[in-house]
Amino acid sequence: MSQKEKLVVIGNGMAGVNTVEHILKLAPNQFDITIFGSEPHPNYNRILLSYVLAGDSKVDDIVINSYEWYEEHGISLYTGETITEINTEGKTVTSDKGTSVSYDKLIISTGSDPFMLPLPGADKEGVIAYRTIQDCEYMMEAAKNYKKAVVIGGGLLGLEAARGFLNLGMKVDVVHICDAIMERQLDRTASKMLQDSLEEQGMNFLLSKQTEKILGKKRVTGLKFADGSKVDADLVVMAVGIRPNIQLAKDSGIEVNRGIVVNDYLETNVEDVFAVGECAEHRGIGYGLVAPLFEQGAVLAKKIADVDTAPYEGSVVYTKLKVSGVDVFSGGDFNDAKDTKAIKIEDEFSGIYKKVVVRDNKIVGAVLFGDTSDGNRLMQMIRNETDITGFEKSAILQEPGANAGGGSSVADMSDDEIICGCNGVSKGAICSAIKEQGLTSVEEVKNCTTASRSCGGCKPLVSDLLEYTLGDEFDKSAQKETMCECTDLEKDEIVVQIKEKGLSHVREVMSVLGWKNEEGCSKCRPAINYYLGMVHPEQYQDDSTSRFVNERMHANIQKDGTYSVVPRMYGGVTNPTDLKKIATVAEKYNVPKVKITGGQRIDLLGVKKEDLTNMWEELDMPSGYAYGKAVRTVKTCVGEEFCRFGTADSMGMGIQIEKRFERLNTPAKVKMAVSGCPRNCAESGIKDLGVVAIDGGWELYAGGNGGVKLRKGDLVATVKTEEEVIEYTEAYLQYYRETGVYGERTSEWVDRLGVQHIQDILLDEEKREELCARMDTALSVLKDPWKEAVESEKIQKDLYEVIEAK
Amino acid sequence: MGNLKGDNSWVEVAKYDDLPVNSGKTVRFKDKELAVFRLTSGKILAIENRCPHKDGVLAEGIVSGEYVFCPLHDRKIDLTSGLVQLPDTGCVETFDVSVEDGKVYIALLEKSEIAAVK
Ligand SMILES: Cc1cc2nc3c(=O)[nH]c(=O)nc-3n(C[C@H](O)[C@H](O)[C@H](O)COP(=O)(O)OP(=O)(O)OC[C@H]3O[C@@H](n4cnc5c(N)ncnc54)[C@H](O)[C@@H]3O)c2cc1C
Ligand code: SF4
Ligand code: SF4
Repeated sequence: MSQKEKLVVIGNGMAGVNTVEHILKLAPNQFDITIFGSEPHPNYNRILLSYVLAGDSKVDDIVINSYEWYEEHGISLYTGETITEINTEGKTVTSDKGTSVSYDKLIISTGSDPFMLPLPGADKEGVIAYRTIQDCEYMMEAAKNYKKAVVIGGGLLGLEAARGFLNLGMKVDVVHICDAIMERQLDRTASKMLQDSLEEQGMNFLLSKQTEKILGKKRVTGLKFADGSKVDADLVVMAVGIRPNIQLAKDSGIEVNRGIVVNDYLETNVEDVFAVGECAEHRGIGYGLVAPLFEQGAVLAKKIADVDTAPYEGSVVYTKLKVSGVDVFSGGDFNDAKDTKAIKIEDEFSGIYKKVVVRDNKIVGAVLFGDTSDGNRLMQMIRNETDITGFEKSAILQEPGANAGGGSSVADMSDDEIICGCNGVSKGAICSAIKEQGLTSVEEVKNCTTASRSCGGCKPLVSDLLEYTLGDEFDKSAQKETMCECTDLEKDEIVVQIKEKGLSHVREVMSVLGWKNEEGCSKCRPAINYYLGMVHPEQYQDDSTSRFVNERMHANIQKDGTYSVVPRMYGGVTNPTDLKKIATVAEKYNVPKVKITGGQRIDLLGVKKEDLTNMWEELDMPSGYAYGKAVRTVKTCVGEEFCRFGTADSMGMGIQIEKRFERLNTPAKVKMAVSGCPRNCAESGIKDLGVVAIDGGWELYAGGNGGVKLRKGDLVATVKTEEEVIEYTEAYLQYYRETGVYGERTSEWVDRLGVQHIQDILLDEEKREELCARMDTALSVLKDPWKEAVESEKIQKDLYEVIEAK
Repeated sequence: MGNLKGDNSWVEVAKYDDLPVNSGKTVRFKDKELAVFRLTSGKILAIENRCPHKDGVLAEGIVSGEYVFCPLHDRKIDLTSGLVQLPDTGCVETFDVSVEDGKVYIALLEKSEIAAVK
């Protein structure tokens, strides 16, 4: 047996290990691989650290390759060991722990170090960078003991760190040397819009500030700026840039500039030594984003495995800020210049800004704010240097639709091109998975390849790839939004079948309609249960085993397995008797936390499952439905009864609405509000249904949302009387119940159907009456679930009992 | 102490008919917490009541065939093997179950404890 070639990789990070993954696929048994990494972890997805910091992921979730993976592939992994010497003559590397290994081929993928400003006091305790799992853990730990963080640097990384601190409950200032944040990725307008929305989230910006000194004795206490002003700080994060890790290469006689200099095949000037990732400098450019590194890795892998490859000729990069609540995209060359023209859309009402920069009739750059759905398509056009002569200028920013594909054809992409930037999944990998494993939906591609699993930004491209790979087959089966993997049917088809075939049980639906998975899954069962109840409100026997835990238990499960209890409080109005009752029950059951909710309710958090029914019995109040895909709350302002501006009885109106619609199941949760005048103190503008009193009448706003995707409600009707408010609300909610897809909020539903369409339905008297009649039936059968549980021993035993075995 | 086939490792936890169909039941024994499921097929399966992802209580998950979906983040777990299904990974402890005379027994006692009981 011939000796395997020895491949050594310095740096167990994203670029190095991605290259190794490619090599393993191209030449499975050709190399004896050894990887050294300074960090005491297996290879992890660095960009997801921001999600860890924001509390959306745990460290374990972001590991890309576990220790087992290295073992399975026979890779010798040395974590916590730093290579300190490369002997390019004798072809060996040596670590700080004295490990010495020889190589035939060497990959340097040492990434970069955060740049620490050389300020007086920069060595104080509490001054850190943001790069590694350790940094992240340090910050999370610090947040437990300290209150105020200052981030130096208003770029991508700094803002993500700042958002993390907000989530960790710290106050945060972002100090930036320029007068605009993310100035290297955004133009002025977008930068300002971003700043505004981050300020709304609670960030404070100190712009045009040059830090002069870090204050404090042992631990940092503040910063002093060049203009003499100061600011307090318990923790300082520097996010001002990165510095490629080149010292090792330099000491070993490898040519370096700002980074390790490589050619189009990622070769350094020393034979058999390659560099890839942030430590490399290609044609004068060092990249600080993952997508280009993955592109480099794909070329390098082929080079090393001796497979023909096109040279790496550089990347056009784009960035996306991973902060929830703001959508920002920027790509290519987006600054105006003498020889460029721009197409712009600016909608201050919806907070949307789009700019496309054109040079010589080619799109060279784009900035999007508020709505980034065009991002992938524009990036394509930038990469392909699509000539837009003859394109309708305004159509470039529209959804692709009929418009000649808008140059978005995934067919033109090379197989190596990265589709999912977060997880580094290439077009080739997705296409072969589709072919080899017979995938037909974005969901399946996600499960199989992890593409679109993290931020989801690449979903449209994945869908295009499905269409491209499967051709006509795709049009037939998978283009529609099937309910889940158990069926090829979509919502409307299922509802039609339920009606036509008179189906009346979840199991019956699944078996008659040929479910691939006999017992369904956690996606389709709750949906079918909802549709059945919607179609046959009077006859349908609810299937509690097909309900999510919260709806089955009629309480919100918390992350530690306890529950929260929210009693109904119509319109957010209460009284001393109810408050006393709640207080007594909370004390008796040692409720650890009592909190006022955003919907003006009292939330008793941390209740044990076995205490639920007793508490309900003692509260003797109806369930507040704070847990369901159902009508949740009607929030009200005080209105004319007390407020000097009020023009109508908003509390009374809200109570009436809530009494009418309580317990109603809907495709997704419905939050409502009534304000007594356009000052809108109950925030009616961001509710699924917002009611606002105006002189002599009421306005109804539909599809508002104050959650992850902020959406302002659209005015759908103006009516005169309280009776009409109820009537229009009945029609509106019933129409939503009938046409909404399970899980679809009204904000998405209104966008899908169009505001105009919903207005038309509501204003059509005949349609309105029919809808109201069906709503009457639906409402007539609803019962309070807490009372039912209190009165039924069987329910108590089946759902709430905990067995103590002896 | 339940005594099944003369083997003391089994602990009686419930009457078979008392377990609701296609749902989970929380069972505590000493410092252990289990989720016991009666499937539509009639079979009873028992696993540790704690999802390896973020400690979700599995007894409250939606049951489908021989799988349960974690109520917190929808991880799908095989009730027979305890394995978390792809693309996620991990596993939970499973316990042997036996039904006799309409009673459900679970193998809960470690060998050394049995010795102590004797
Ligand atoms: C918080 C955060 C968020 C980010 N978000 C995004 C994003 O949204 N999108 C995006 O495209 N990019 C993002 N990035 C940038 C992206 O993570 C980097 O571009 C990428 O990780 C670089 O990969 P690399 O392999 O070159 O370096 P690294 O992933 O840093 O890997 C280098 C590894 O080599 C080790 N090492 C260094 N020297 C030695 C030595 N001598 N011996 C042994 N080991 C050594 C280091 O410890 C390190 O583990 C983000 C970065 C951070 C920190
Ligand atoms: S997961 Fe992203 S490309 Fe994939 S969806 Fe994410 S930034 Fe991207
Ligand atoms: S919305 Fe108008 S009526 Fe209601 S509290 Fe505010 S100012 Fe007063």
